[in-house]
Amino acid sequence: MPMSVQSLENLLREAFPDADIRIDDLAGDGDHYRAVVRSDAFKGKSRVAQHQLVYAALKGRMGGELHALALDTGPKTA
Amino acid sequence: MSDAIETIRRTVAENDVVLFMKGTADQPQCGFSNQVVRILDHVGVDYVDVNVLADDDIRQGVKDFTNWPTIPQLYVKGEFIGGCDIVREMFQTGELKALFADKGVAVSA
Repeated sequence: MPMSVQSLENLLREAFPDADIRIDDLAGDGDHYRAVVRSDAFKGKSRVAQHQLVYAALKGRMGGELHALALDTGPKTA
Repeated sequence: MSDAIETIRRTVAENDVVLFMKGTADQPQCGFSNQVVRILDHVGVDYVDVNVLADDDIRQGVKDFTNWPTIPQLYVKGEFIGGCDIVREMFQTGELKALFADKGVAVSA
């Protein structure tokens, strides 16, 4: 089942209130997204840990409701 | 399910580089898996490919194993390195080759 950009952004916003978030709908089908998330929650964390935080924010939707989400994560200040 | 976890644990312990993917290295069945195959081939590292589409228990097991909801998943010397985005990013920055060098994994490129 496709997921709207808005509901995706809401989930991310809830988990990372400080974040700069940009979401691209790659295929226009509500099923293939790319999310760029910059949040201080990622500071000092490995890439794997950063992506795990995002997946946790999506509460199990990743891999089910949401088929493809390319992730670009990092702290706000490099 | 615990059998699947045990199989995964053994596979990543016994092989230096393991890629859990959809399809096989010769015939990837997903664009993300294909990208990682191409990167590993480009780097020139030997790896074991495990087709999760051939076994539902492994497919679910590998997600539980690392608390990571998607395939592909790359392991080097038993350590989970990441999925497609992370592997691609590490390849582009040169970190992937450095990782193989650090871990003592031979590469031909």
